[in-house]
Amino acid sequence: MSALRQLASKFFGSDTVFARRTVGGIQPLPFKEDSLRSRIMSTPIPQQLTIPIGAADGGEITLLVDIGEQVSKYQKLAVISIFTEGVSDVPVHAPTSGVITSIENSIVADHSQQQQLCINLAADGHDEALQLEPQSNYSLLSRVNIASLIRDAGVIGMGGAGFPAADKLRLCGESAIEFLIINAAECEPYITADEALLRERAEKVVVGAEILKQASAARRCIIAIEDTKPDAIDALKQALKSEMNLDQTCELVLIPSKYPAGSERQLIKCVTGIEIATGQHPTENGIVMYNVGTAYAVYEAIVEGKPCVSRFTTLCGQELKTPKNFEVLIGTTADFLFELCGIETSNKQKSILGGSLMGSELGSDKAAICKTTNCLIAASADEFQAPQAEQACIRCGFCADVCPSKLLPQQLLAFSKTADTTQLLEHGLFDCIECGACDYVCPSHIPLVSTYKESKKLIATRRQDLEHGSYWQQRFQFRQYRVKKEKDQAVSRKVAVPAKPTLAAGPAVKQQNKKTDFISKEQASLDIAAAVARVKARRDEKNQ
Amino acid sequence: MLPVISHWLTQLVIGSSLLLITAFALLKLNRYLRQQLTIQKSLVKRINRALPQTQCGQCGHPGCLPYARSISLGEASNKCPPGGHETILELAELLNEPVRGLDPAHGEFRNFSVAVIREDECIGCTKCIQACPVDAILGGPKLMHTVIASECTGCDLCVEPCPVDCIDMINQLAPSLPQTTTPYFNSLSSPWVNS
Repeated sequence: MSALRQLASKFFGSDTVFARRTVGGIQPLPFKEDSLRSRIMSTPIPQQLTIPIGAADGGEITLLVDIGEQVSKYQKLAVISIFTEGVSDVPVHAPTSGVITSIENSIVADHSQQQQLCINLAADGHDEALQLEPQSNYSLLSRVNIASLIRDAGVIGMGGAGFPAADKLRLCGESAIEFLIINAAECEPYITADEALLRERAEKVVVGAEILKQASAARRCIIAIEDTKPDAIDALKQALKSEMNLDQTCELVLIPSKYPAGSERQLIKCVTGIEIATGQHPTENGIVMYNVGTAYAVYEAIVEGKPCVSRFTTLCGQELKTPKNFEVLIGTTADFLFELCGIETSNKQKSILGGSLMGSELGSDKAAICKTTNCLIAASADEFQAPQAEQACIRCGFCADVCPSKLLPQQLLAFSKTADTTQLLEHGLFDCIECGACDYVCPSHIPLVSTYKESKKLIATRRQDLEHGSYWQQRFQFRQYRVKKEKDQAVSRKVAVPAKPTLAAGPAVKQQNKKTDFISKEQASLDIAAAVARVKARRDEKNQ
Repeated sequence: MLPVISHWLTQLVIGSSLLLITAFALLKLNRYLRQQLTIQKSLVKRINRALPQTQCGQCGHPGCLPYARSISLGEASNKCPPGGHETILELAELLNEPVRGLDPAHGEFRNFSVAVIREDECIGCTKCIQACPVDAILGGPKLMHTVIASECTGCDLCVEPCPVDCIDMINQLAPSLPQTTTPYFNSLSSPWVNS
């Protein structure tokens, strides 16, 4: 073991720290070389931008602009209010200057694959920006200040979950934070956006991490990266040695390259050894995690004062001539990016959103890039083949070996087939992170993850039904109570002789009645006759 | 003298023992009946949980709870159309009965729908308000009525009394969750080589 460690320190330098606490996981071929061959490219401004403003799980949208309005770059277009764990507002900014042509539903490159409300912006090409307010010395800012600046910049989790970054900081305020972990473990095949970002702009990421450390009041800041990314590791080491990091605020930890090491709970376990219980938030255990992309967005939001109007997205796949990473304006459509990479549309089999294991098929090439789109794959016919026919489970147990959440996938499958919800919950169905490792190793090609997704949906609808049921029952019982009470009151009123209205009150009462009775009697009888005629006509139609 | 005392004694012993036995039996009976009642009650509760709570009365009872009570006393459990096949399955499992199809005398399965009033045709007669079992309709005499969609159980009871037929039952599909896709990996990377 020590020999191994010596060998490792020869390669990575003697000061390198390793963390090796992984559970399960697989090591698929990475397919990352292609998109890493070229540098990050900033996309030109497309003529038409489709900026998503719909929240994935409902939420309220406040529009700040109108159709036909001329907007400048970085101008606030809308505010999305999400109501999970308290209200959180996420503003959406204009990626470039132009005129708003329409506000309508369209497809977004998002894993929900649903239509979302989008603002269509026709760019004028001038790219006229609002005056930004850079904070030259972030160390003077208070925690609350940083959080509000991040909130105003509309920064959300760039790793994929899209949790508002400022809200995580708010959660940090509720408990003492020991570890801030910057997640640079981009474990899924094909995706290289974070690696490319670290290779070229590691200093900015480190500054972003320091800002986050200050804002979350974490004791230690750890940047976790896989040991198979030498360029990014070198860049990070240089950045950490630079003047900005004199007091050694951030540490670098290398983790083994095993999918899904980049998943939040798995990475926490790997780096700190702490396992987060079901239903708990990492902050309750004194840990908070941000993606590299988020750290970069935080750097931009604070040091440059720039709102979040772009993200890093990988474009790859065999159909693209020059696969590369882009700094994409939010709202760019997928086909615009495909064309930039040189695509033969006649040959393209399908476009995939996300990596090859957790990705889903892109609904349409017109889908707009949103703040969580990390990868687009233009796949050729033989690159991604249709799934093979499902066969019976042979109980080999490979799936249990690779499950990073220590679940028993075959048991879950059996319970899913019989829709045994109590057993599913007991076997931790909701701890499944849907990484697809079990699918990958299954020799019978059973679509395990999609079965679990169906089961999760089923349980959710059952819970909803029960909730509805108990509410309706309550309403029904209240109505019965109300009807009974009214009846009793009517009886008691009959028994008691009603007092004659006094002369003074009489006309007033009549007048009030007249006020509510604003349809005259003739008008009412006409209305009723017309309605009856309509009904007759409809009945005749039905009879015919 | 002695026989008389012994006679009294025997009578006393027999009498007291009879009394004791009766008291004991009564206690036992009381406990048994209470148990039965709690079993009955918990059964009613469980049956009621399985019912969809639309309060539509299609089973012939005024509401879901009365029907649940009736089922617990031996009525057939296949008279609930809004519950769909799932409710029938769940009830059959709960009552340890064979699964039967829906009793056609009580209606047929259909998707969950919500009542919607065509508001310009409403004459404000309040008949639907009186029919609604969950007070989901809002309005006053000679004023337009409307259905609070989130409160509506889709029970259909307001459609019949409307004199101008201005209530539609509109099919309310559950919000479509994202379609789950079958997995596909890069074929070159899969550990199981295609044959």
